[in-house]
Amino acid sequence: MHPLIDVRGLHKSFGATAVLRGVDLVQFPGECVALIGASGCGKSTWLRCLNQLETHDAGTIRIAGYELRAGGARDGGQLRRLRQTAGMIFQQFHLFPHRTALENVMEGPRHVLGRPRDQAEAEARKLLGQVGLESRCDHRPAQLSGGQQQRVAIARALALQPQVLLLDEPTSALDPESRDEVREVLTSLGDAGMTMVLVTHDLELARRAADRVLFLAEGLVAETNTAEQFFADAQSERAREFLRRIRPPGGAH
Amino acid sequence: MRPVSPALYQTWLLSSDTGGAGWAGHLTRFLILLGLVLSLGRADDWSEIQHRGTLRWGNDAEGGAPYIFHPEGAPDQLTGFEVEFAGALAQLLGVRSEFVQFGWANLVPGLQRHDQFDVIVAGLERTPENLAKLAMSRPYFAFGQQLITRADQTNLNRLADLATGAVGVLTGTTSFRLATAQPGISVRAYDDNVNYFRDLELGRLDAVLTDSPIAQVNLAGNPRLRAAGPPTDWGFYAIGVLPGESQLLARLDAAISTLIADGTLERIYRKYGLWNQAQAALSTWVAPTENSPAAGKVRASALRQWRTYLPILLRATVTTIWVTCGGMALAVVGGGLLALTRQYAPRGFRWAAVAYIELFRGTPLLLQLYLLYFGLAEQLGWNLSAGSAAVLALGLNYAATEAENYRAGLEAVPRGQTEAALALGLSHRQAVQRVILPQAIRISLPSVTNDFVAMFKDSSLVSVIGLLELTKEYQIRGLDTGDYVGVGVMTAAIYLGLSYAASTAMGFLERRLR
Repeated sequence: MHPLIDVRGLHKSFGATAVLRGVDLVQFPGECVALIGASGCGKSTWLRCLNQLETHDAGTIRIAGYELRAGGARDGGQLRRLRQTAGMIFQQFHLFPHRTALENVMEGPRHVLGRPRDQAEAEARKLLGQVGLESRCDHRPAQLSGGQQQRVAIARALALQPQVLLLDEPTSALDPESRDEVREVLTSLGDAGMTMVLVTHDLELARRAADRVLFLAEGLVAETNTAEQFFADAQSERAREFLRRIRPPGGAH
Repeated sequence: MRPVSPALYQTWLLSSDTGGAGWAGHLTRFLILLGLVLSLGRADDWSEIQHRGTLRWGNDAEGGAPYIFHPEGAPDQLTGFEVEFAGALAQLLGVRSEFVQFGWANLVPGLQRHDQFDVIVAGLERTPENLAKLAMSRPYFAFGQQLITRADQTNLNRLADLATGAVGVLTGTTSFRLATAQPGISVRAYDDNVNYFRDLELGRLDAVLTDSPIAQVNLAGNPRLRAAGPPTDWGFYAIGVLPGESQLLARLDAAISTLIADGTLERIYRKYGLWNQAQAALSTWVAPTENSPAAGKVRASALRQWRTYLPILLRATVTTIWVTCGGMALAVVGGGLLALTRQYAPRGFRWAAVAYIELFRGTPLLLQLYLLYFGLAEQLGWNLSAGSAAVLALGLNYAATEAENYRAGLEAVPRGQTEAALALGLSHRQAVQRVILPQAIRISLPSVTNDFVAMFKDSSLVSVIGLLELTKEYQIRGLDTGDYVGVGVMTAAIYLGLSYAASTAMGFLERRLR
């Protein structure tokens, strides 16, 4: 089996600040990898390099059959095809506020894949049903709770039938109740075999959904471990310290 | 003298007898009373002038030859038959003559303020309208209405021959009233004696109707224009004096009689080629009895004659509406293109858009209007009609403002929206079209509404190129009736109605788009 994602020696700086200083990732289909680390460690930047919302300075990225060079894509068409196959979920959802939930989900199939309206609408309704929102199809984002909006955003990404989902802090902007809804959806997606790269501070989500954990510190991978082992007994001192800080004292995890 | 509008005059006589019920009447009388109280402290009119040693007379140096003009080669001097007449008059009265520059269209209200000049010597017509607002001396000049057309238009010899053509006239004059009374023809009102001849030569007008002295000067040595028939509708110029200044008026009348009798007037008028039978007959002039009692009083409120004035104002409103709607349509489209260019086009185009916006936002609309209408015709022979120039000037100017509105809208759409659109695999163009623009337009719409309402008011500027729109009509009718308050209330009500309609329509659009 070939890896779906293969990242070698990835570098990225913003001005004089080196955010990523040579990181690697090999990820196989069906795997869920969690990128974990303190704020500012570079994990979100890494994720955004994977669909080129940020261009990287050096290193190679192979993802879903596309090879991304340093300095940005020269072929706009290739970049758009990559982006439909690598769907992204944002911390702040970024639903289109002037469209209903249904229209948000139909946007990709209609205008990226060029599907006929009827087919796109039927698929969108089905997807919204899968995330538990069949009754909210005609609501605007402003009429939905945070958790509902994030579930619409997940359906919007899934509508393009991606091979991989890039998740940027998907539960961080949510209240505890909504957070559980979204964790549930993502965990079952993982169980169904969706390949995911998950950037998160939500240890509960990482524990439930991730197969593997990469712990980042200062732009480098400080530890690679299975999720089970990472949360039971992290190897590096930095990871142990991070976990102590972020876990509530006497917490169940 | 020609009774210009007997019906109007009688309405006044009747309404002033009944005393004027209603708040408008009270308001008018209050204002008159206020004026009287404020003027009580003033010394006697004539002794004040004597004491000061100067007779200050108001006129507008833009009036041009032969009235008052800068002689060729001496741009800092003033000459003209009225300048010399005023000089001779002052000399006879034993005081110095002092010219005071004042916009011609506003001379009468200017005199009523009584702080800048004592009398008007400025081709002021001795009409019932003027006599209702002012005291007037005996005539010092007789003039007729002369129709002028291009030399090649041989079949045009009187106003009625014009059919549906366009005629240029000076605002608030007998020519203006004659032209507007003629059904079918389109009247263009000007504030000066120069530009309508220019527009006539450019083919923007079919004829000019003007006072015979103006006609005489402009026809001389210009083979492209010709007099269309003989002068008609004879009238008189007289000196305008504040109502109640009887001593001054008596002295002026006596002085004019002397100037006529001793040949001074004839000598001056001959110098300008203006002496004729009509001037010779000035010596035997007798005041028509029906006009004299009008002096010193203000007519009843125009509000009570709303049936007369409202339709007149509404006719001018049609011009205001189409100029504004045309200009706004152009501004919305042009502004959209500018904003998109500024935001998304390659660098060179971006700079061009910024330069356009700064240029049109940073220079006065009035200047742009003059340049488009007169400048282009002069320099490039690009002969825009007044209507197109007006729509174009408003549209081009407001496009710059609209572009900035839309830019504000574009920049107010969160960056995450673009990212989400791109992350879906939409192209940049699709992201702008489908995600950014619809949101930006919703954000900009209230500012667009604001500008739409503002343009209704700014459209009043287009009167400078001769379009008779609402504010111009207000100016004319305010001057006619002497009731700036009454006509003003009606005019303001129409403007309010327009802006309310505009904001309601835009509000409907905003709700539709929400």
